[in-house]
Amino acid sequence: MKSLLLALCFALSFGHLALAQMTPVQDVLQTQRALIEKSSRRTIGPAIDALVASGLPQMQNVLEVWQGKQMWQRKADGLFLAATKNDDGSYTLQSFDDGAEVGTATSTDLKQLKPNSGVRAMIATALVQFQLSDSDPAKRADALDSIARDPEAALLAPLRASIEGEQDAAILARKTRLERLMSMAYDDDIPTRVGAINDMSGDLGVDFRATLNPILTTKRIVSQTMPEGNIARELTVGTDALPRIQAYDLMIAGGDAPLQITADARDAVLEANIIAGRIADIPVIQLSTESARDRAYDALVTGGLAAPRVTQEDIDASLASFRFFDVYDEPSEAVTKAAEAALAASETRVAISQAADLGLDALSLASIYFLAAIGLAITFGVMGVINMAHGEFIMMGAYTGYVVQLFVPNHTASILIAVPLAFVVTFAAGVALERLVVRWLYHRPLETLLATFGVSIALQQLAKNIFGTQARPLTSPAWLDGAWVINDVVSISYIRIAIFILALLFLALFLFIMKRTRLGLETRAVTQNPKMAASMGINPDRVNMLTFGIGSGIAGIAGVAIGLFAKVTSEMGSDYIVQSFMTVVVGGVGNIWGTLAGAAMIGGFQKGVEFLNPSNTLAAQTYMIIFIIIFIQFRPRGIIALKGRAAGD
Amino acid sequence: MERSFIARNPSVLIFLSILALFTLGVTILSEGLGIGVISTSFVKVLGKTLCLCLIAIAMDLIWGYTGILSLGHFAFFGLGGYMIGMWLMYERTRQIVETSLSEGVLPPTPEEISTGIGNQIFGVVGSSEFPLIWAFADSLMVQLAFVVVVPGILALVFGWLAFRSRVTGVYLSILTQAMTLGLSLYLFQNASGLRGNNGLSGLQNLPGVTAPQSVVSLWFFWASALALALGYLLVAWVVSGKFGSVIQGIRDNEARVRFLGYSVETYKLAVFTLTACISGIAGALYYPQAGIINPAEVAPIASIYLAVWVAIGGRGRLYGAVIGTAFVSLVSSWFTGGQAPDVPLGFYTVKWVDWWLVLLGLSFVLVTLYAPNGIGGLIDLLKSRRKETDA
Repeated sequence: MKSLLLALCFALSFGHLALAQMTPVQDVLQTQRALIEKSSRRTIGPAIDALVASGLPQMQNVLEVWQGKQMWQRKADGLFLAATKNDDGSYTLQSFDDGAEVGTATSTDLKQLKPNSGVRAMIATALVQFQLSDSDPAKRADALDSIARDPEAALLAPLRASIEGEQDAAILARKTRLERLMSMAYDDDIPTRVGAINDMSGDLGVDFRATLNPILTTKRIVSQTMPEGNIARELTVGTDALPRIQAYDLMIAGGDAPLQITADARDAVLEANIIAGRIADIPVIQLSTESARDRAYDALVTGGLAAPRVTQEDIDASLASFRFFDVYDEPSEAVTKAAEAALAASETRVAISQAADLGLDALSLASIYFLAAIGLAITFGVMGVINMAHGEFIMMGAYTGYVVQLFVPNHTASILIAVPLAFVVTFAAGVALERLVVRWLYHRPLETLLATFGVSIALQQLAKNIFGTQARPLTSPAWLDGAWVINDVVSISYIRIAIFILALLFLALFLFIMKRTRLGLETRAVTQNPKMAASMGINPDRVNMLTFGIGSGIAGIAGVAIGLFAKVTSEMGSDYIVQSFMTVVVGGVGNIWGTLAGAAMIGGFQKGVEFLNPSNTLAAQTYMIIFIIIFIQFRPRGIIALKGRAAGD
Repeated sequence: MERSFIARNPSVLIFLSILALFTLGVTILSEGLGIGVISTSFVKVLGKTLCLCLIAIAMDLIWGYTGILSLGHFAFFGLGGYMIGMWLMYERTRQIVETSLSEGVLPPTPEEISTGIGNQIFGVVGSSEFPLIWAFADSLMVQLAFVVVVPGILALVFGWLAFRSRVTGVYLSILTQAMTLGLSLYLFQNASGLRGNNGLSGLQNLPGVTAPQSVVSLWFFWASALALALGYLLVAWVVSGKFGSVIQGIRDNEARVRFLGYSVETYKLAVFTLTACISGIAGALYYPQAGIINPAEVAPIASIYLAVWVAIGGRGRLYGAVIGTAFVSLVSSWFTGGQAPDVPLGFYTVKWVDWWLVLLGLSFVLVTLYAPNGIGGLIDLLKSRRKETDA
């Protein structure tokens, strides 16, 4: 306390004269005073460099205070001080050198330094090297993020220096990786760079490729001789890499060839030279073709009234007399060669990973189709009843989930309630449909199609009347958010994994019901021969009703699952109905493994086409339908066709 | 010599006379040439309804007589519309572009005109190049031929593939539905060369015709009536002869007809292609009256409505298809157009705009369940009740 008082008295009584003698930080600041006061992004660089170069440990604090707009300058003597505002509106001033309070001042005596965002960013970069060795791991991680975002040659040395003392394993790994990447780009020693590139060759990381790409940037050079520098390749005019027009434009840009006269420019010249309805003695009325206009222009050229046109022959001659090169910006050939090789290795592995990613995508699309189709595999595949309202059962299940979420805000609980409830609701709807409509039409399949289509129209409009036309959200629980990231290329969202598992569960459930339960046995019996089954004491009416109900109920559960990743609308059912029927038909009616195969084939094919033509998912569906129509030529009964008596007609 | 099919089937003559009277009546009452009771827009609605009746007849031939429930005939209808729409749009744009270019100092060159048209038509999809399929858009004759040829070839190829592999029944229905879905998705792309989801527009303006819309709408109305009459005659003739007997045999028992030595696939293919061509003509007459065509018109739902109309009218009898289509489509547009009065129930007001489709869907279920012969069935019932009236 005593010493503090002493220091205060000392500071107050002797003023800046005393400070100047023992204040290295202030001295450095004062040498850069003009630049700091100007505080412009373009000029501040040397000032910040000087602060950092001083090597003073207090500089981190100076930079942080400055960045935080808390550095003030005292108008009386021009000293830079940290200031904090007091309750009474005055400011308490602190010296940067020892952190001691050096008095208070009102805002009129002070001038705040307000670095703009550009300057603050530069300060932040300068701060990074202090932060790399900060005691707080979070700050060190932030510093690494900042370097990775905006790497600079100057940061390589501090980064290397900070690796030695690093204790945290995760941060150490990141530092080492970043050091390798920055060595590739910024090290002065070429063998070190080549070594770093070769070490990481084939790495899948986006950061690796992002580091290599700037090394491999090229400039296009037009020259009559072999240019200086690290030549990447010589280009042939007229190929895809260098079309004629582009080559000629390059020559124009370099001043090696005259500008072409465009049609518009030619027409402007022609219009400017009309004399009494004639241009160079050619009547204007005759100039209704391009060649006539060219002739008129050439006549003007002969008369000295226009600049000569560049003909194709001129262009050919110009192009022939020049050579075109891509030259690396990077001067060292060894580095670019290594980088090319490393990038090629990476790209091969990226391609493999992309294929794996595509496979996962296809698998998840197949699961969705399978989910949407499995209910149909029961009603259509097993019972032979075509239910056009199947899509509306999917929609009904999704809306059930939405309504449940209105009442149960907890997403996990609401999904757990929604799944059985959706089954109950659509089971009931399915039974009602079977009792009221379908059972009267068992021998008239085309009319079943029409009647259930009528139901589909009515249900869809009903949903629109109740829930409106806008899409309703069905939110998945938080633990299904995010994705399983295998590497920088391959990832799959948890929700798609969940759908895949759900599809497997349904497959197991279907097999269990059909092969292991009384109902399944009876269903198979009724399907094969209703009269014989009835004479064995099976009630076909009841079996049909239950089977239809189960098929519809599964559609309802599928609806909840589909609603989780797609929006819930009244039209969502019709988006899936055609694909679902295709899945069943392509797979082979009456066989669940066929449905599975059909879903896999359609999903895989669609994703494959999307991969080849990524901008156009609509085209993928068109091609898929064409493919299915052709496929049915070769296997009219689907991939897995029933044989013998079970096949029926 | 047998009596002609018209003599054997009196409903043909009755239908034709009713159609003629109807056409005459509408003309007299119209705004363009008559006393102005019927507005131009309603003349267009009636004209469009006649076109829908024409495709319904085609649908009746393929479904009611041959037993193939096609859920894709609106694809052919739409293609017909696109084919004529290409010429209408090209020709009209060409005239506009030529007029605007001829105001310049220099006379326009062919290149300038074609670039100008390209910009006008394809600007909305960010292009100015003419796609290959527009190669003949400047020729009315070629595009008119395309109205029949393009749907015909699509039907021929699709039908050949489908019938050859013995796809029948509901499978074929689903496959035809997939076909129209595929076509509509294809047309939705900007790269399809038919302006993506913008479709073709401004089709109500006939290039080079200065007559007002009120008169033009009547021309199209007459053309639609004439096409319907000819289509009705053609289909009535087709179903009356031996060909008709064979296709009805296919409907009732395909296997037997095949065992009798008939090439079932050829007959089916012929009917499928013929009906596709008729649908194309109907579409080519419909869309100039509608003024715009876009890929949504080809969506699967449209073809299913077609089946609904024919089913409600009563399939297997041509007048049934016409009655069903005219009735349902006009009632539909009355209900959904907001003209129908709302029904206040105290606690809830039934707005027909919202509830019409529910009613249509349910009545369709009822018709399928209880009146499989539709409205036409009622007429048959009346006929058999009163034997003395032979109509």
